[in-house]
Amino acid sequence: MREAISQGLREALEQDPRVFIMGEDVGAYGGAYAVTKGFLTRYGPKRVRDAPIAESVIVGSGVGAAMGGLHPVVEIMTINFSLLAMDQIVNHAAKIRYMSGGQVQVPLIIRTVTGGGAGLAATHSQSLEGWYASVPGLKVVFPTTPYDALGLLRTCFKEKNPIIYCEHALLYGVRGQVPDDYYDVPIGQAEVKRPGEHVSLIAYGRAVHIALQAAQELASKGVQAEVVDLRSLRPLDTEALVASVKRTHRAVVIEEAWETGGFGAYIAYLLHRQAFDDLDGPVVHLGGADVPMPYARNLERQAIPDAARVVATVRENFGL
Amino acid sequence: MQLKEDLSKTDMVHLYRQMHLVRVFEEKCAEAYMLGKIRGFLHLYIGEEAIAVGVAAALQPQDYVVTHYRDHGHALARGLDPRRVMAELYGRATGLSHGKGGSMHLFDVNKNFMGGYAIVGGQLPIATGLALASQYLDEKRVVVAFFGDGALNEGEFHEAMNLASLWKLPVLFFLENNLYGMGTHIDRTYAGGRDVYKAGDHYRVPARHIDGMDVLAVRQATREALERIRHWEGPFLLEALTYRFRGHSMADPVEYRDKTEEARWHARDPIPTFRKYLTETAHISEEQLEQVDVEVEQEVEEAARFADESPEPGPSALWEDISAT
Ligand SMILES: Cc1ncc(C[n+]2csc(CCOP(=O)(O)OP(=O)(O)O)c2C)c(N)n1
Ligand SMILES: [Mg+2]
Repeated sequence: MREAISQGLREALEQDPRVFIMGEDVGAYGGAYAVTKGFLTRYGPKRVRDAPIAESVIVGSGVGAAMGGLHPVVEIMTINFSLLAMDQIVNHAAKIRYMSGGQVQVPLIIRTVTGGGAGLAATHSQSLEGWYASVPGLKVVFPTTPYDALGLLRTCFKEKNPIIYCEHALLYGVRGQVPDDYYDVPIGQAEVKRPGEHVSLIAYGRAVHIALQAAQELASKGVQAEVVDLRSLRPLDTEALVASVKRTHRAVVIEEAWETGGFGAYIAYLLHRQAFDDLDGPVVHLGGADVPMPYARNLERQAIPDAARVVATVRENFGL
Repeated sequence: MQLKEDLSKTDMVHLYRQMHLVRVFEEKCAEAYMLGKIRGFLHLYIGEEAIAVGVAAALQPQDYVVTHYRDHGHALARGLDPRRVMAELYGRATGLSHGKGGSMHLFDVNKNFMGGYAIVGGQLPIATGLALASQYLDEKRVVVAFFGDGALNEGEFHEAMNLASLWKLPVLFFLENNLYGMGTHIDRTYAGGRDVYKAGDHYRVPARHIDGMDVLAVRQATREALERIRHWEGPFLLEALTYRFRGHSMADPVEYRDKTEEARWHARDPIPTFRKYLTETAHISEEQLEQVDVEVEQEVEEAARFADESPEPGPSALWEDISAT
């Protein structure tokens, strides 16, 4: 996964002189998660810019540079720190096109690491992508395989909009096939990662891998679960989700983010609105526990949905 | 004021004209607001005209301007069409942003006017980024970023100053110090004392303070600052001391200011002061200036008429311009 993202960035740097990378420790250090390792020596300090720890001006100057004709990639080390740049992301990046009546474009990619599970406790384990996905004017993508990571990134560089490109800290090691020939993955297209007929497990980010694990366990019990990966939170591929539910008549929406106000709750609502007659029972929303993320291993495990919980949820709610 | 040799009489009359245009335009806005034709917050620039006009006179067309929500003056001084500005304030389809930005968010890319920003301090990181683009593309554009004394205490000001200085970015940080952020006096909000321009010292941003009521002083100081910036020496901070003659917005009855303080500043009104200079020192005739007054008043009337007669945006506009396709 890490290599796929890195490849996407290298391609863009090589193909488009307007692309540059800016963020904390993206250069000399090689990126907090080593995605841009070696970039500084390869592309030089004009293209790969170590910035002060000042999230607002990192994103804000990315917005300005985008308005001025460049295509910046800014890296916010983790989504927790994006809160210090929320003004620039929500009040400015997302609004400038609209408020200028379409005069100004903001082609900006904000790469950020999201999610928990690494023992970093409450300030470093949040999944805030759903917040951003509620903002018109932003796009939010979240790849879960190397194929999607590269394909989505390629599409991001063709966009003229601000995009939040989410990476999960625990998915960098995920392996998978990436074709040599050019391809891309459109933004706003979900994908069925595993077909099944009995229940839809709708997820994004690391929860997709948890759903896949759960589907495997369910299969051993004769239950065929379909795993749908959102890939984009905004725009959301509602059609694909509805289509899946029409096949399976049951759905669990799984995410790491808090259940209260979670993005998954909105998906559940959409399914109730658009596929009510096809449902055998209410859509279940399985999110993270509504607690600040605890540090201790056992407590943290309790707070994030895992495959066993997904299996239990399917069995309890649908009697499968 | 001393006679400025580098300015022709025509240039000087133009400065007067622009200040008067802003003043009359703002008065018209106040009137339209009372009639309910303009809604939302309306922040008038009356009293501060010398700054926008003095700065605009020193800029090149390729330079970028970003500013805060008190932006009509900067927009008109930059040469935005008063009709389209007014139409924007009226929320009409013919407005600069088809009525979707309103008073606080004026944009005109054709004039490199890159926005009014209504989040205090929010424009400063963006200005820094525009300057980064200019440096990166070797365009030699300078970015002028206007902000108020209230923004001094926002983290975004400090983040932007630091980065601009670190990377030697061509930004003119232009502080319009009118002594108040809404109803709170700067002495009660800023710990750095009255030598506010020294806020640049910590980031090694050279700075000066000037009289914001003197259009020629503003123009001259801006020219010098821009000259320095254009030679790639990084950002500059200019602080102009000024005063807003009206409330913070139309909703503000201004109960927090001392009347003698107000009177002292009104006596320094930049427009009559400059007019007096033009007639007495530069020997420009009263008749000529009266002619300008009439033209400006007609222009503003025409802007209001244009706005009034323009259609509202169609319902589909609601969903347009959110994302580029
Ligand atoms: C971040 C933020 N906080 C508060 C406000 C509300 N507000 C709007 S203008 C203003 C005062 C700003 O004063 P100053 O920067 O001195 O500009 P002036 O109005 O004097 O031109 C305040 C508090 C805002 N728009 N944005
Ligand atoms: Mg002020």
